[in-house]
Amino acid sequence: MSPPVAPPGWSRWLVPPAALAVHLSIGQAYAWSVFKPPLESALDLSGTQSALPFQLGIVMLGLSAAFGGTLVERRGPRWAMTVALICFSSGFLLSALGAATEQYWLIVFGYGFVGGIGLGIGYISPVSTLIKWFPDRPGMATGIAIMGFGGGALIASPWSAQMLESFGADNVGIAYAFLVHGLTYALFMSLGVLLVRVPPSVRPAADAPAVTAGPQVSARSAVRTPQFWLLWIVLCMNVTAGIGILEKAAPMITDFFADSSAPVSATAAAGFVALLSAANMAGRIGWSTTSDLIGRKNIYRVYLGVGALMYALIWSLGDSSKPLFVLAALVILSFYGGGFATVPAYLKDLFGTYQVGAIHGRLLTAWSTAGVLGPLIVNWVADRQEEAGKHGPSLYGVSLVVMIGLLAVGFVANELVRPVHPRHHEPAAETPAATSKEAADDRREQPESA
Amino acid sequence: MTGESSPSPPEPSRRALIAFSWVWVGLPLAYGLYELVRKATQLFTG
Repeated sequence: MSPPVAPPGWSRWLVPPAALAVHLSIGQAYAWSVFKPPLESALDLSGTQSALPFQLGIVMLGLSAAFGGTLVERRGPRWAMTVALICFSSGFLLSALGAATEQYWLIVFGYGFVGGIGLGIGYISPVSTLIKWFPDRPGMATGIAIMGFGGGALIASPWSAQMLESFGADNVGIAYAFLVHGLTYALFMSLGVLLVRVPPSVRPAADAPAVTAGPQVSARSAVRTPQFWLLWIVLCMNVTAGIGILEKAAPMITDFFADSSAPVSATAAAGFVALLSAANMAGRIGWSTTSDLIGRKNIYRVYLGVGALMYALIWSLGDSSKPLFVLAALVILSFYGGGFATVPAYLKDLFGTYQVGAIHGRLLTAWSTAGVLGPLIVNWVADRQEEAGKHGPSLYGVSLVVMIGLLAVGFVANELVRPVHPRHHEPAAETPAATSKEAADDRREQPESA
Repeated sequence: MTGESSPSPPEPSRRALIAFSWVWVGLPLAYGLYELVRKATQLFTG
């Protein structure tokens, strides 16, 4: 399947909906928790067992994005979206079979392994194409797509719950729900497959920035630069700090104000979690678009610097002000989302558009690491504090200080980012041609002279 | 690269396609946002 080139008159505003069709679908992964209680009762599973499909899915997301990125660049976005559609939908269909026959391993394999490949390939599939269509506003373009990943959970969560209510929460009901999910997502994602086009290589207008202007660095060369690893640290620290709040949001707000004059009910805590999701989504499009105006380095200064200040504010205020606590948490979560959405544009600034999708795929290993690190830190610290007999805001004091420290590390890493040394740049004649990538990569394998 | 892949604005059929594709992704997103707002208001009422 060769990359589909846009015919004359094709609008670039058709590309974001194509990306959204994929990202809104695969974002369902974050609504997996809806299936956990019915699976536990229908198949007699523990909480740890019922989380396995999601965990394997996230691991596969990281692995397939990291290792499949170069293939996605070579084969193009339509191929990648087709693979994502087949894998993601097949994952649900296999899970339906697993639920119907009470074979839980089939659900783990289907949703986690097969579906997880769809998550990773789908996540990176539109990034490179969007950046090429919107060289003047790469932050906004990738922000739209990556906002869709956040939006996917918002759609799937109530939709899946309603479906389970209609079909029943026994294994047959779950099987029907999985079946409908697989078929619906296949149909929904097909819009992305049909719509996506790569821009023509010859630029039609003289007033626009050239697609291949600036440094062009291959994925293989990029991972050998300090810039890649500094950005890896930046993303990892920003995500870890965000997950620190997201992971414990409901118990955190309840514990914080437990001894105050206005304790927070379980219903209000659920509302707080929903509000954080909204901030996460708004940050993806809002901050990423802002980065087109103020620059990538500056926006990460805000995410990491102001983020640390917000954590410090929560720590210093304790239970004295609920509105300020909520406001600071919302700002932190908006930075968490913004960090995800802005990073492809940051990569484009540093490494060019040549293999930006593949480089982005490799960078997502920082996300996988943060996904383990964030919850581990917050839960471990909170458990130790509880054992020490602490309560209220003091339960989270150490966690908050750790998060401030992590953000400070990220801030320093961002400050150290400099333009990539020209020795890593691709020869100008080779960058636009996809067919020369393998040859270029082979040459990069040779030891560098400087 | 400017707004379009050719200097001329999109043809009417393309405009319909643009509208259709944004509605295709916009409707489910609007449903998700509606449900989110409903839940988020519980912070102030719950």
